[in-house]
Amino acid sequence: MIGDTFGLIYTGESNMELRDLTHSRSVAAVPFGGRYRCIDFLLSCMVNSGIINVGVIAQKNYHSLMDHLGSGKEWDLNRKRDGLFILPPFMTRENTGIYKGTVDALRSCMGYIRRSPQRYILLTGSHVIYNTTYNKMAEQHITTGADITIMYSRNSAAEPDGQYDDLRLTLDETGRVTDLALNPYRPKSDAQSCDAFLMEKTLLEYLLEESVSHANYDFTRDILLKKTETLRMFGWEYKGYVARINSLESYFKHNMALLNRSVSEDLFNPEHPIYTKVKDEVPAYYAKGAAVSNSFVADGCIIEGEVENSVLFRGVRVAKGASVKNSILMQAAEVQEQCALDHVVLDKSVIIKRGRSLKGYDNFPIILRKGTVL
Amino acid sequence: MRKKLVVAMLLAGGQGSRLGILTDKTAKPAVPFGGKYRIIDFPLSNCANSDIDTVGVLTQYEPLALNAYIGNGHAWDLDRNHGGVYVLPPYVKGKKGEWYSGTANAVYQNQEFADQYSPSHILILSGDHIYKMDYSKMLKFHIEKDADATIAVFKVPLEQANRFGIMKTDDEGRITEFEEKPANPKSDLASMGIYIFKWPLLKGCLGEDAKDPLSSGDFGRDIIPKLLRAGERVFAYRFAGYWRDVGTVTSLWEANMDLLGQPPVFNLYDKEWRIYSRSAALPPHYASASAKISDSVISEGSVIEGSVDHSVIFTGVHIGKGAVVTDSVVMQGARIKDGAVVRKSIIGERALIGEECIIGASPPESADGGSLTGGITIVGNDVAVQKGSCLPSGTAADQKTAAALCGRGVDLK
Repeated sequence: MIGDTFGLIYTGESNMELRDLTHSRSVAAVPFGGRYRCIDFLLSCMVNSGIINVGVIAQKNYHSLMDHLGSGKEWDLNRKRDGLFILPPFMTRENTGIYKGTVDALRSCMGYIRRSPQRYILLTGSHVIYNTTYNKMAEQHITTGADITIMYSRNSAAEPDGQYDDLRLTLDETGRVTDLALNPYRPKSDAQSCDAFLMEKTLLEYLLEESVSHANYDFTRDILLKKTETLRMFGWEYKGYVARINSLESYFKHNMALLNRSVSEDLFNPEHPIYTKVKDEVPAYYAKGAAVSNSFVADGCIIEGEVENSVLFRGVRVAKGASVKNSILMQAAEVQEQCALDHVVLDKSVIIKRGRSLKGYDNFPIILRKGTVL
Repeated sequence: MRKKLVVAMLLAGGQGSRLGILTDKTAKPAVPFGGKYRIIDFPLSNCANSDIDTVGVLTQYEPLALNAYIGNGHAWDLDRNHGGVYVLPPYVKGKKGEWYSGTANAVYQNQEFADQYSPSHILILSGDHIYKMDYSKMLKFHIEKDADATIAVFKVPLEQANRFGIMKTDDEGRITEFEEKPANPKSDLASMGIYIFKWPLLKGCLGEDAKDPLSSGDFGRDIIPKLLRAGERVFAYRFAGYWRDVGTVTSLWEANMDLLGQPPVFNLYDKEWRIYSRSAALPPHYASASAKISDSVISEGSVIEGSVDHSVIFTGVHIGKGAVVTDSVVMQGARIKDGAVVRKSIIGERALIGEECIIGASPPESADGGSLTGGITIVGNDVAVQKGSCLPSGTAADQKTAAALCGRGVDLK
C-alpha cells in the first residue's frame, strides 16, 4: 500500500530557536551529519519505502533548498512518471504568496495533490530526522482502519525552552489517540509526534477545504487538536533514533550523538542508505602530525591540527597547531594556525583567522553565521 | 546529425595482466585508485572538463564492471542529448566478428560510431593513465599547426627513455623520428599514448592497416610510423604535469602514494579540475577515540579504530583496534581486523584480513624487490586471510595461493 502513497514535505517551519542556522535557509536545508541536509533523511526514507512521488512545499529562503534538490536525481526522483515536485509559493487572485499557516500552504498546492494518482498521502514537516521505512506504518494504518496515523517516538524529556511543534499523543490500549497536546508545559505523555501523518488523500482535501472555509489555517492546531474525537487517529511508534532539530542546542546535541556508534549505525543503516547531493570531493587527507579522535570527517577535508569529538563537513581545513574540540564545522569552514575552538558551530565558509579562540558550552554552543570571518 | 569538432575514443580493453590478481575479474580501467576513484575516472573527467562531450569507450576484457560503472555517464556529466559516453564492445559484422587485435584495430572496428558525428578530429585516449590534462589545449595546438596527427609527449630522464616510445622533433615541434622503446634513445620526449588525428585521414590509414597482415593494429607500433613514412605532418604536444602509467603493481602503488605528502606530488584538491566518479551513498568516515592517522587519505564510509600511516584508505573500509596499516592501499569494503599489521601492501576490494595477521612480513633473503610485485604484497578481491596468518612481502594472495602460503587456509568471506 505504501506504493500507493505520495509524500508531501512541508519546509516552511519558522523557528527562531535555530538562530543563525536558519538565517539564510529553511530548516529542511540545514546541514546535518557531515554531508547531509535535514531533508535528505525524509526524502531517503520515502524513496527507500518505495514512494516515487514526492512534493516539497517551499516557503521561505528556499534557494538553498532548490539548489540542493535539483532535479531529484540523487534520490532517484527524476522520473517521467511522478518524481520530485518542488512547490514554491506563488501569487494568484486568492493567494498572496505568503501563507497564513500550514493549511494555507497545503491548499496552495491543491493542484499537485489532486493530480497525484496515489490514494494515500504521507504528510511530513522537515525538522525531524530519522532513518526508517514507512511500510510498517502503512500496514498498521490499514489494519487499524485509521483515518490518520501519526508517527511518534517515546521521549520523556520535556524541553520547555527549546519547545517547538512538540505534539504529544495520549493513546488508549488499542493505540488510538484519545488526546493531543501541543507544546504542553508539563507533557503528560512521553509519546511525541515525529511530524509524519498518513491518511487518504481525499480526507486531507476535505479537511483542508473545511478548515479554510472556517478561517482556520493551522494543520495541527485547527485540524488535529480539534478532531481527536471525530477522527480515528492512531499512533505508530518508531523505536529508532529520532533527532528533532528544534533549537541550536538540539542541533548541536544530535550532531554530537553521531559520534556514538550505535546512533550513527542507526541513522546510516546501509540497508536504507541516505542519499544526498554529490559534490565530487576528494577523500579527506590527514597530514603528518594530525591528531583526530572520535570524530566524523567528510570528504575534501585537509587536517593538519588536532580534532576531537567533532563533526567535520566537506572541504573543511584545520591548520597546524589548531585545536578543534566538541565542534561542528560546516562545508568549507577554515580554521587557521594556532586557533582553539570548543563547543562551536561554524556555518558554511566561515574562516577563523590565525590564533583566534572561541569557547561555548554544552547548553550554549557558539554559532558563527555563514561566511563570517573572525 | 550535427557535426562535432572532436570525438574521443578511450581504449579500455586492456586486460592489465601485469597487475596480476588485481585484474582477475576486472578490466584495468576499472581498477580502484586514490580512495574513491577508478582509473577510468581520470580520462573521463578530463574529457568532461575539456568540454569533450562525446566519448566511445572501447572494451573487450571483463567489461561487466566497467559497463555497470559507466552507466549512462551521469557521474561525469556525460549523459548528453547529442553525444555522451558509449561503451563499445566488439560485435559481429556481416558474417564474421572478431576481437580487437590492437588499439588501432579497435578504433577501426568502431569507425561507424565516430562517423555518426562526422568529427573533424579524433582524440585517442588510454584507460590506464593517471593524470589531469586539458585536451582542449592540445586540440588547439593540433589545429593551429594544421597537424595530421599530434602526439602528447612528456620529458623523461634519458636513462628511462628506453621504456617508452621516443620522439625526435624539429624546432617547430614536428616529429622527425619515432622509435618504440629504443636501446639508444636520441631524445627524451616520450609518448603518453594520447593522440589527436584528423579523422578522415586516420580513417583511410586504419583501412589500409587492417588489410596489412603484418600489422599488429597498434597506434604506436604501426600507425604513427606509417604516417611518418608517408611524410604527413605529425607534431609533438608537450605536457608538463603529472602523468603515470599504472600498468604494473609497483606503478599503481607508487601513484597512490603520490597523493600523500604536502603538497602531494599529484594534487587532486583543485576545484577547477575536479575528478568525478560514481559515488556510493555513504556517510562521512569515523575516526574513533583510539584512531591514529597520519599522512593518509581516508574516504567516506570508513571506520578507523587502529593506526594508519602513509596509506590510502578507500570507501567503506574498517580498520580494527590495534591494527597498524603503513605504506598501503586498502580498497573499498576491505576489513582489517583488530591487531592485524599491514605493511606496503595493496588490499583488494572486500578482502578480509583476520585478527593478528601480518601482511607484508619482512621478506626472506631470497625474495627481494625484484619479485613480480616489487616487494609489494597483494591480497586479491574478496580474499579472506584467516586469523593469525602471515604473508611474506611480495606475495600475491588470491583464494588459492593465500591458502598455501599461510598454511591456515583461506576461503571466501
